[in-house]
Amino acid sequence: MELRSNAPAGPIETSWDKHRFDMKLVNPANRRKFKVLVVGTGLAGGSAAATLGEMGYNVEAFCFQDSPRRAHSIAAQGGINAAKNYRGDGDSIYRLFYDTVKGGDYRSRERNVYRLAQVSVNIIDQCVAQGVPFAREYGGLLDNRSFGGAQVARTFYARGQTGQQLLLGAYQALERQVEAGTVQMFPRTEMLDLIVVDGRARGIVIRDLVTGKVEARMGDAVLLASGGYGNVFYLSTNAMGSNCTAAWRAHRKGALFANPCYVQIHPTCIPVSGEHQSKLTLMSESLRNDGRVWVPKKRDDIGRASKDPGSIAEADRDYYLERKYPSFGNLVPRDIASRNAKDVCDEGRGVGPGGQGVFLDFRDAIQRLGQKTIEERYGNLFEMYERITDEDPYKVPMRIFPAIHYTMGGLWVDYNLMSNIPGLFVLGEANFSDHGANRLGASALMQGLADGYFVAPYTVADYLARNGNSGVDADHAAVKAEVQGVNDRIQKLLNIGGKRSPNSFHKALGRICWDKVGMARNEAGLQEAIAEIQALKAEFWTNLAIPGSADSFNDSLVTAGRVADFFELAELMARDALQRRESCGGHFREESQTPEGEALRDDENFSYVAAWEWKGEGQEAVMHREDLSFEYVKLAQRSYK
Amino acid sequence: MNLTLHIWRQKKATDKGGFATYKLAGVSPDSSFLEMLDQLNEEILAGGKDEPVAFDHDCREGICGACGMVVNGVPHGPQELTTTCQLHMRKFKDGDELWLEPWRAAAFPVVRDLVVDRGAFDRIIQAGGYISVNTAAPRDANEIPVPKTDADLSMDAAQCIGCGACVAACPNASAMLFTAAKVTHLGVLPQGQAERGPRVLAMVAQMEAEGFGGCTNHGECESACPKGIKLEFIARLNRDYLKAAIGGREAAQQRTVRR
Repeated sequence: MELRSNAPAGPIETSWDKHRFDMKLVNPANRRKFKVLVVGTGLAGGSAAATLGEMGYNVEAFCFQDSPRRAHSIAAQGGINAAKNYRGDGDSIYRLFYDTVKGGDYRSRERNVYRLAQVSVNIIDQCVAQGVPFAREYGGLLDNRSFGGAQVARTFYARGQTGQQLLLGAYQALERQVEAGTVQMFPRTEMLDLIVVDGRARGIVIRDLVTGKVEARMGDAVLLASGGYGNVFYLSTNAMGSNCTAAWRAHRKGALFANPCYVQIHPTCIPVSGEHQSKLTLMSESLRNDGRVWVPKKRDDIGRASKDPGSIAEADRDYYLERKYPSFGNLVPRDIASRNAKDVCDEGRGVGPGGQGVFLDFRDAIQRLGQKTIEERYGNLFEMYERITDEDPYKVPMRIFPAIHYTMGGLWVDYNLMSNIPGLFVLGEANFSDHGANRLGASALMQGLADGYFVAPYTVADYLARNGNSGVDADHAAVKAEVQGVNDRIQKLLNIGGKRSPNSFHKALGRICWDKVGMARNEAGLQEAIAEIQALKAEFWTNLAIPGSADSFNDSLVTAGRVADFFELAELMARDALQRRESCGGHFREESQTPEGEALRDDENFSYVAAWEWKGEGQEAVMHREDLSFEYVKLAQRSYK
Repeated sequence: MNLTLHIWRQKKATDKGGFATYKLAGVSPDSSFLEMLDQLNEEILAGGKDEPVAFDHDCREGICGACGMVVNGVPHGPQELTTTCQLHMRKFKDGDELWLEPWRAAAFPVVRDLVVDRGAFDRIIQAGGYISVNTAAPRDANEIPVPKTDADLSMDAAQCIGCGACVAACPNASAMLFTAAKVTHLGVLPQGQAERGPRVLAMVAQMEAEGFGGCTNHGECESACPKGIKLEFIARLNRDYLKAAIGGREAAQQRTVRR
């Protein structure tokens, strides 16, 4: 299979403008004749559904939550990047583009990233017009802060709740279209299959999570904006309901899954406190501006340090980031901070329960700036920390540990955000396109809104203009067969009649992934992981217990369906990690490191996108390559020494 | 910790429902309230007789607004400014007896057990909780200066997570705090001025059509709110409402409410 990015040639600065001009348009009077299905209503899906509705298309939007306002985009804290250069500190579209490609460790497609940087500017204008209450200076103009991986202040924010405010902006625009009658909203609804007829995406099979009713919804184009797959690890900073099912079902119908091994692990999360743990809570990266990361130098001090960190003398503390990376210190990028925390814990120098934590200490900052300043900067984060851990971070250092946070991999898309299945578009975290092997802070919100507000509305219109109405309705034999297939799978799950809960399988799967497909990976470990995943999956299909029935509100059934898909994705993630015998961004292969233990890329052999094709149950997926070429950015080894 | 839990069980909206009692042993004080319920559900599932307790939850970091239940008569439980998912078991004592109920309001019908339908909130937003601007190329963001104090006030109101605790806490099951938060968020910004009058009239009309009660200044909503949304926003709503209602022109443009 040849993978064509369909990115326009010519100067990168004008390629999106030229491409937009070359696209076909749909006459405003004809737009209502087209139906577009949007799955997921976070930043990407919500903004796309609202915009397509405003343009006059007939939109149906689906979310598993009880309201589109609850999509997990809402939890993003830090901010959103945009190349506005309001600070006059040398920012530009070109610099944001360059930083993003470099931050992604040179594993993304240049032209996609350039376009992202270009439209970042429009996003801020749009959001302000909608009434998003961004932070302001006394002069009434917008404030900015700086974020990891950049030397300019280009991050716009709304306190520590930027994701919430941007999502509410998109949600309100969406509800305005519901009122206008252009968008029909299906909350508490899950997509359980993609309908492909004659090689094109024509609709989806959905299940009403309250009544259990399964039905087909037909459309002229399908947009997936269903988020990432971080919950394959069970414990992550994702919401409990975040899942890969919509994307995975599309993958099984032929959509290629790209770079599944690229997973971002965030260094500053609250450590696991016990077996009961159901999710992990992120503490904003901004804390590393003033907090100092350390562990005791000697293993003998661990017990004392865990009980009374203050009793460890200055000379006995190892500020390992400052020691190893004198120029960036505590502000090294996420992947490096995470791996170093793991290393010191593996050496037996971790603190707190199970030795899985490092200190993030504000003692010096409080002495230097006073408690009041620290309160102003991080007050809400300190409160959140205390609520969860019952410890006062003004008095005792925080304990932090890395956690799964974001997935850069996802369904393969071309420059138009269309997958290899014509008519199936993929937006936001669900696609693989812009972040390469590592995403920079404050770039996820930017990509979600870029895709939904400013890219998909053009490219979807072009597809509709060229292809016309789908013409396949719900009575088509192939559609009925898909609905039957979904019902059969639900019955199959319910009929297993075993002893073990869906949740306990999920937990066990997460453990395997974390231990062997997590922060550091090696050949033997990945082989073991694949075998263990397969064994657990076999047990799942023979020993699963689901109480209740298919025709009611049944959380266990919903979880079971999602976990079943996570098993298949987990195996692919391990296979992808296995074939990529280099370290890059969030993917660290122990076999590929510099003498100092830093990640070592292999551009000669691995400068490509790995896009996997589903070959059927029990068959190994087949990898296709899209070679990456770099015309503008110079490849270099990242160094933060 | 060992606990006795009295939990509202109701299979669907049309069923009568009632309390069922469960004993739960070995709860870690470090677990969250919802993790305690996870533990109970695993036990129920292992028992093989009953179905697990249904409750809404998603982000478990206090921002999505999905979770919420009445714990011993208080929406979101005993800790101030804290959603149910952020409440931890160390706030309770070994041997405690807890009564768990769904939000109680005619406008929030029970879906199952502790899960309610809050679609009424979405319909209040549909009535006017937005600024009418299409996605296009609006003017540069910095061409609309907003005084910092206004931006901060707007943000204070915009923090509402739409959980519904205010309705559950109110003796009249009023949605005034929720509606007032949105009216204030948009009404203090320059971008929100053009629709300020029609917005408040339409949102309040929809709120009444949904079956929420009126506000009689109990203030229970404010003390139950996990995000600290202030009662003064209701006063702002009332001022805006009065101004728009006697203005005539805007009252005449009122949209018909939907249900």
